[in-house]
Amino acid sequence: MYDWPILSVVTFLPLVGALLIVLMIRGDDEVAQRNARWVALWATLVTFVISLLLLFGFDPSSHEFQFLEQKPWLGDVATYRMGVDGISMPFVLLTTLLMPMCILASWESIHVRVKEYMICFLVLETLMIGTFAALDLLQFYIFFEGGLIPMFLIIGIWGGKRRIYATFKFFLYTLAGSVLMMLAIMAMYWQAGTTDITALLKFDFPAGMQYWLWLAFFASFAVKMPMWPVHTWLPDAHVEAPTAGSVILAGILLKMGGYGFLRFSLPMFPEASAYFAPFVFTLSVIAIVYTSLVALMQEDIKKLIAYSSIAHMGYVTMGIFTLTQEGIQGAVFQMVSHGFVSGALFLCVGVIYDRMHTREIAAYGGIVHRMPIYATVFMVFTMANVGLPGTSGFIGEFLTIIATFGRNSWVALFAATGVILSASYALWLYRRVIFGALEKDSLKGLLDLNGREMASLIPLLLLTLLFGIWPQPILDACNAAVGAIVARADVATEAVKAAALVLP
Amino acid sequence: MTFTLAALGPALPELLLAVSAILLLLFGAIVGPKSTDTVNGLTLAALFAALVLVILGPSQATLFGGAFQVDEYGRFLKVLALLGAGGTLAMSVDWLKVEKQSRFEFAILVLLSTLGMMMLISAGDLIALYMGLELMSLALYVIAANNRDSVRSTEAGLKYFVLGALSSGMFLYGASLIYGFTGSVNFARIAEAAREPSLGLIFGIVFTFAGLCFKVSAVPFHMWTPDVYEGAPAPVTAFFAAAPKVAAMAVFVRFAIEALPNVVHQWQQIIVFVSIASMALGSFAAIGQRNLKRLMAYSSIGHMGYALVGLAAGTEQGVRGVLVYMTIYMAMTLGTFACILSMRRKDGVVENYDELAGLARTSPVKAFFLAALMFSLAGIPPLAGFLAKYYVFLAAIEAGLYTLAVIGVLTSVVGAFYYLRIVKVMYFDEPAPAFEPMPSELRAVLAVSGLFTVLLFVYPAPLLAAAGAAARALF
Repeated sequence: MYDWPILSVVTFLPLVGALLIVLMIRGDDEVAQRNARWVALWATLVTFVISLLLLFGFDPSSHEFQFLEQKPWLGDVATYRMGVDGISMPFVLLTTLLMPMCILASWESIHVRVKEYMICFLVLETLMIGTFAALDLLQFYIFFEGGLIPMFLIIGIWGGKRRIYATFKFFLYTLAGSVLMMLAIMAMYWQAGTTDITALLKFDFPAGMQYWLWLAFFASFAVKMPMWPVHTWLPDAHVEAPTAGSVILAGILLKMGGYGFLRFSLPMFPEASAYFAPFVFTLSVIAIVYTSLVALMQEDIKKLIAYSSIAHMGYVTMGIFTLTQEGIQGAVFQMVSHGFVSGALFLCVGVIYDRMHTREIAAYGGIVHRMPIYATVFMVFTMANVGLPGTSGFIGEFLTIIATFGRNSWVALFAATGVILSASYALWLYRRVIFGALEKDSLKGLLDLNGREMASLIPLLLLTLLFGIWPQPILDACNAAVGAIVARADVATEAVKAAALVLP
Repeated sequence: MTFTLAALGPALPELLLAVSAILLLLFGAIVGPKSTDTVNGLTLAALFAALVLVILGPSQATLFGGAFQVDEYGRFLKVLALLGAGGTLAMSVDWLKVEKQSRFEFAILVLLSTLGMMMLISAGDLIALYMGLELMSLALYVIAANNRDSVRSTEAGLKYFVLGALSSGMFLYGASLIYGFTGSVNFARIAEAAREPSLGLIFGIVFTFAGLCFKVSAVPFHMWTPDVYEGAPAPVTAFFAAAPKVAAMAVFVRFAIEALPNVVHQWQQIIVFVSIASMALGSFAAIGQRNLKRLMAYSSIGHMGYALVGLAAGTEQGVRGVLVYMTIYMAMTLGTFACILSMRRKDGVVENYDELAGLARTSPVKAFFLAALMFSLAGIPPLAGFLAKYYVFLAAIEAGLYTLAVIGVLTSVVGAFYYLRIVKVMYFDEPAPAFEPMPSELRAVLAVSGLFTVLLFVYPAPLLAAAGAAARALF
């Protein structure tokens, strides 16, 4: 495909940008701040453009990993391996796409310690892309966990009033889940003799061991996802994080959990996955219904969207553990779509927050009169969040619910009520913020979207509508890779059934 | 057997240190307090020369009927101990001068203590071990009280001495039991004799391990650590935290693996318990501390617990894990203490961590390195501290010590809290007045250890290979 290591370039280019900022830009005056912003924007844009090359070189008909790279690294324990397949590629592109928008969203709202802010984001981008592109378990873990450090600083330095509480909670929750995964990785190393993901995907772990390994990985991914009942860090982190931090959290970091399930739990521990599927269904349904109800009662716009994110991730986990082609494809689609939609919703909140410096729903009302374009954009994303046909939100929810219906109609029934609830909270939010009479004096001077804000929102808007009407590209991309997972899961399911029959 | 001077060759680094200590002491005594700078410089030169000799010296030799052995394992750890001693001595010179605690004896005591460490690392029988242990400790007792006009410093010295003497007694008692039941003090011959556990042998193991646990400050023999760390002058604390820990851990591992390989299951339980208790105490007790030196004391107790996880495995992997852990631990400790030593304002030295408030804005480079060290101490990838934990837990999982591993990683999450709090103070809080500029030797130590911590993951192969070769020497 390409005779240069394209994945490493995409992964480490943002880091180069960060180094440039460290080495080239001195001081903290206006000029330095502007330079830091521009370097960061260019670094992320160039990364995005190069990552588009992945799209052209990618062969969607194969379930094998592509753009492979390999270098010796940690001696006997781990090797530096990179590669993407149909499941990880959409996430790599999602990351590179969202990053320039995050930089744009922080253009004016961040005015203290701009240099450090941009460095944190660029380092974070490297770590996120690396997480999706790593083909070695230990390497994956390092990228996955390393992301905590920049995120900790982003929330803690540039966050809101309760930022310290939120950032500690975020860090410690995620860390507690992940350290168990680290032990599982070691156990897998001793069992299989390698940490190469491609080899582990073909390795059959003994059934008794699979359950423990599955639980250890689950501890990490469930926190990251986040699944009920370990979701409580997310609303706090979202509310306190700066706008761009929320976008990254909702748009990408949450997807790491879903990606982890798809990459590790399902194909490496298929029997355990089949065994624990009802358990995950239960948690997912509780998450969908419970967090939707909680979202109804929120008074803070960001918190409401945070709870809605948890509900939407419930569809993802539900779809993944149907262990069927449409369910998993739906889950992948839902994750990508949620990346656009929730990212855009947080950007929308950021737009009015920058003007009014409050996120209380009650502080707004009737802003359609002052901001018609904003109202339109916000409406499209609200509808996509609800899952209206014609937007990308619909496809994912529809596919996952269909697949679930085939497995367990009760679960599907409860999940479907979540769709209704999501319409309730999202539309109600929209009405309270956008419609009504423009009575509050503070709102009368509002200005509509400026060019910079349009530049970050319009591409997401187009993508949301495009994939709502024409979901084929994403579904095709992951088709073959999902097929391989499902085939493995089917074998395991049969084995579990056979074992059940043998038992008296 | 005829004795020739050339046969002493393998012990050349130790001889060099011993001779220089004596000569420097004479020099200092004759010239008086004026000699301090010269003695400091010459001590550093002696440590450096010993380092060169260790690196260039033979990789395999036995002296004094097996009492003193040179091998890859010993060389690896001697390099560490010498770097630790030299690094802390270099860091302390300026600090002691400004605080008017500068005395030429300090450097000589450090030198003697380092000599003790080298003997300890090379010990091949119980008597040599005890000799090295006492030489190291006696010098440490004295320098703990280096600030002899301060009540806290002298209290620290006295407390350390009394408890240290008690633990030495326990060690001796255990050693005599082991001798009584196996008929030898030589590690190799003990290993041959101790094929079957007997009651006397087990008692001996318990007592000797208690003494050694005291030296590495593992729970339940850790009580002296917080008080001594807090009471002793900061450079002395830095010294305590680095090199002696390495040496004590080295001999602990050597004794357990070389002398008691056939009764692994007997002592494994002890190490597992001590390790879990140290990790838990180190994590929970540090949460309440405000004084950075005291906090580092609890932190070091916890880190010894993690290092002991590798020993608990009792395998070559485990020993490699311990060696990697001690190397990284020492680098992190030196860097952290370089920061602590630089916490000085016009009106004197400060030691509470809230004084670091807003350091990210008053001196961003220092704050960056200290933050990296804190994340590393907490074991967050990709920093060196993560690799350290990775290798010890890897060995524990291989050995099937799942409970130990799970408890270990969970306590590391608790421990992460207080390391993060220091990052929080530096990065999230409003700036406190800036510190005095950092002396260049502290800058150098901080930069080296900070860069080591941040960049080790890029190319860790040499360290892993060296530690692997050293670990192989014991099996």
